Amino acid sequence: MTAHLKQDEPDTENFLDTMKQGVLGKPVSRVEGLAKVTGTAPYAAEYPIENAADGVIVTSTIVRGEVVSIDKASALAMPGVLAIIDDERLTTRAAQGTAGEAPQQGPTQVFFWGQPIAVVVAETFEQARDAAKHLKVEYRAEEGAPLDPSDAEPEEQEDETVDQGDLAQAMSRADHAVDLAITTEGHASAAMEPHAAIAQWEGDKLTVHASLQMLNYNIAELADTLGIAEDRVRLVSRYVGGGFGSKLGVSEEVVAAAIAAEQVGRPVRVVMSRQQVFQCVMRRSETTQRLRLAGDGEGKLYGFGHEALVSNLPGEEFAEPVLQSSHFLYGGANRALKLEVARIHRMTAGSVRAPGEAVGMPALEIAMDVLAEKSGIDPVELRLRNIPDRDPEEDLPFSSHKLAECLKQGAERFGWDSGARSPRHTLDGEWWTGTGMASAARVHNVGEARARVTLKPDGTAEIRSDMTDIGTGTYTILAQLVAEMLGIAVDDVLVQLGDTDFPRGPGSGGSWGAASIGSAAYLACRALRRMLAEKAGTDESELVLRDGAVDGGRSLVELLDGEELSEEGHYEPGDIADSHTASGFGAFFAEVRVNRFTGETRVDRMLGAFGFGRVLNEKTARSQCLGGITWSIGAALTEALHFDPNDGHLVNCDLAEYHVPVNRDVGEVEVLMVEERDPVASPIQAKGIGELGMCGGAGAIANAIYNACGARVLSFPMTPDRVLEVMPE
Amino acid sequence: MRPFDLQRPDSLDHAHSLSDGETATLIAGGTNLLDLMKLQVETPERLVAIDRLGMNAIEDTEDGGLRIGALVTNTATANHDRIRADYPVLARAILAGATQQLRNRATTGGNLCQRTRCYYFTNIDQPCNKREPGSGCGAIDGIARLHGVLGTSPQCIATYPGDMAVAMSALDAVVEIEGAADTRRQVPVRDFHCLPGDTPWRDNVLEPGEIITAVILPAPVEGKQIYRKVRERSSYAFALVSVAAVIAMEGDTIARADLAFGGLAHKPWHDPRLAELLVGKVPDAALFDRAADLLLEDAQGYGENDFKIPLARRTLAAVLAEATETTI
Repeated sequence: MTAHLKQDEPDTENFLDTMKQGVLGKPVSRVEGLAKVTGTAPYAAEYPIENAADGVIVTSTIVRGEVVSIDKASALAMPGVLAIIDDERLTTRAAQGTAGEAPQQGPTQVFFWGQPIAVVVAETFEQARDAAKHLKVEYRAEEGAPLDPSDAEPEEQEDETVDQGDLAQAMSRADHAVDLAITTEGHASAAMEPHAAIAQWEGDKLTVHASLQMLNYNIAELADTLGIAEDRVRLVSRYVGGGFGSKLGVSEEVVAAAIAAEQVGRPVRVVMSRQQVFQCVMRRSETTQRLRLAGDGEGKLYGFGHEALVSNLPGEEFAEPVLQSSHFLYGGANRALKLEVARIHRMTAGSVRAPGEAVGMPALEIAMDVLAEKSGIDPVELRLRNIPDRDPEEDLPFSSHKLAECLKQGAERFGWDSGARSPRHTLDGEWWTGTGMASAARVHNVGEARARVTLKPDGTAEIRSDMTDIGTGTYTILAQLVAEMLGIAVDDVLVQLGDTDFPRGPGSGGSWGAASIGSAAYLACRALRRMLAEKAGTDESELVLRDGAVDGGRSLVELLDGEELSEEGHYEPGDIADSHTASGFGAFFAEVRVNRFTGETRVDRMLGAFGFGRVLNEKTARSQCLGGITWSIGAALTEALHFDPNDGHLVNCDLAEYHVPVNRDVGEVEVLMVEERDPVASPIQAKGIGELGMCGGAGAIANAIYNACGARVLSFPMTPDRVLEVMPE
Repeated sequence: MRPFDLQRPDSLDHAHSLSDGETATLIAGGTNLLDLMKLQVETPERLVAIDRLGMNAIEDTEDGGLRIGALVTNTATANHDRIRADYPVLARAILAGATQQLRNRATTGGNLCQRTRCYYFTNIDQPCNKREPGSGCGAIDGIARLHGVLGTSPQCIATYPGDMAVAMSALDAVVEIEGAADTRRQVPVRDFHCLPGDTPWRDNVLEPGEIITAVILPAPVEGKQIYRKVRERSSYAFALVSVAAVIAMEGDTIARADLAFGGLAHKPWHDPRLAELLVGKVPDAALFDRAADLLLEDAQGYGENDFKIPLARRTLAAVLAEATETTI
């Protein structure tokens, strides 16, 4: 039996609010936390699989061309080397998120410097790595491959184009017009756990322990890559040490391990080096953006323009969706939006931490700050005046919308001064200090999800899905949800995730995990509750379960009387997504200081106020927001991929030179969660959380830099040199 | 990583007998060398681990200075009472570098010998005259953000990445080196590192078989000590520009101005002309500007790192203003 729901109608019943166990939403600590901090939670490369050989990926040292020959014989003569594999099924890029089919295959064609072209397998990791470094490869290089977005003729992404009214005319008659060019540089996901896989074949059945975010899609991608049926493949990713988009699609090490294990007839482990993770998995495209805002005397927008140029390899469908929230965040009848892609030969561009809004929102929010200044209107007030009643392009209602509340409550909590603002108001020693703010928005997504919940005769429960927990708290929120609905303790729920032998979940990505898999769990629990209600002789809507018993009645153990109840919940997004615009909203406030001599910026204080529907766990939700805000600081101040102009290779390919924020960069951070139930977002009224925390935050920091020292920096990251370049003396 | 032999001598003599020649590489904390071995930038056939050789004490010298053993960890040096009291620029420089975990392993001698973080040096599939003489320099026409603006050569524009040695240069410390057959020599830190010139593979003046045994700090001097490190993120990042300063005033005039700079060159940069210019003068913005003019008169940027020239000027001014309590 399956409890199925395809949500076509809003759910305003808020059924979860009538539950009485009182654990949902509470700040429960991670159920797997102890295992993680004691090092007993196994990550992909750590599974003690006997007799595993080690594989090391070999990458290209040309940009474009083909591999003519590989001197396998000399490498095979090296100690411990078992095989040199350049099988044509090897993948040379990771699959894009939710692709569900094989990514680019065929290692002889080279499309970027650092592309995987072979894998060396040896008895030990050190032997494999040494042989991989020694492998002699002859190439036929093709000259003239474009490496920089400015070298290529851009392709328009027509489905992103909006041409509504007449923006040019609106700009020319605006009381206040803003026209800015803003750039952002490439980003790496920079997860702590490198990409890793151990593959083993038993007969014709393949099992891979891997570090992946979306097993339901990854199994299809791997099967398609290998040319075998999906039911011959099992993927296991119980713990994932961070994904941030880089593990959405099946990646090169998974395929390499599977093919290598087949060819050497024993398990093979392939772990990418840190440099390889940076150089060949995924990057976020750099962007060049143009923002045009036309405001009237009251600060009301009647013209809105956002154009962006991004890049990717030829043939890749993904284009950093820079404009994603720009389509609906602010009003303005005259609109022009356009997204273009330049085809260049750097590694694949794909989903990295809040693709789109993470770089589009900060740029937009700088433009709004400039408009606020030109109009003489407080930046918070300017945003409040421009919140549209309906989606300004699609003319659809919003599912629910807490931007105004976030702006107001955030401003109050932060102590935002709505008085006149002029830069360089406070010099504290060598440091200019100032404040800035920005709106936050991130589209809400959900995906099809299945989970099985089983209530055992002893009154404990188990939930199973191939859903992953990539450090976000999925294990914990599912335990809470099941505990809440079945009226049992959180500790009495066993959560089993990350195994494709379990019902298929949506995976983790696009912040859609909690709402999607939570809805599947909810549906399964509703079905179990109906069974229990029948046993208790009551209606499910009347059934109150608390502390392992029907309220004021029999215990679950008595009620079950030795029987086990089990149901699979199956949730599908329905037509409702087409009739509403659903998004998380929020507001960021930042206080920074900028050194008047060196241009160094430090973030002393940040506050994020967010509305993202029902909060399933206050602690893990808050942690997601803290993480997002930390990434905002990285995007604002330090993170940038640097590509060599001569061969396009990524030069800063480790965590020493790719600067994610460190502890000391993150000042006092406060998170305010605005109460919300979104009847459209999901049957549990929850929306995505994780990514919202970095969708605009870098803009708040940029605006604070301007307010502090008068430097209106228009390129991210705002490193000391860039601040000094435009800082008035 | 290539297979290698590991040898652990138990005396300096023994170490000399093992390390004499081209095939052996000394290893102390290994915080830099092991990374480079994994990348096959370094491929020693033999590693001679010197962790059993003692050399891990900080002792007073007869003239009131300190002798820091080559194997004293960075953490121990930075936390030493007398170093904190009498040589705070050194403690601060060390604490401005790396992370606590790395400082716990890193040693005095090893830190002096750490190699550049140039991206082309650490990538064996890219040209680098330092790593592979004659292969070219990827950085000059490539990404040179980390790179030098002083004392560069057409062969190499790499920087010395450390902080500790910059402070030692300002303090005019001396490196104590022992060669085989009991030959002992002392080299000022200011002369220990080389400029790239036509021999960019050469980081410092150590000859094969020589071992650093200690760094000797001269007797402490009066004055304000400052270590200012400018970087994008506030920890675990190499300096864009750093300044180590020991500055003393006598009345209204500058009486001492010992300065060294990190992030600008293949070595901690010390320019004796700066002290000559500054000492005896009344500090003001114009004087600081003249000092920067002198420091940077031969500076050359390589595109990506052009910003280091104005940044060095501004950072020097900030340090001098702070040290002399001058408003600029």
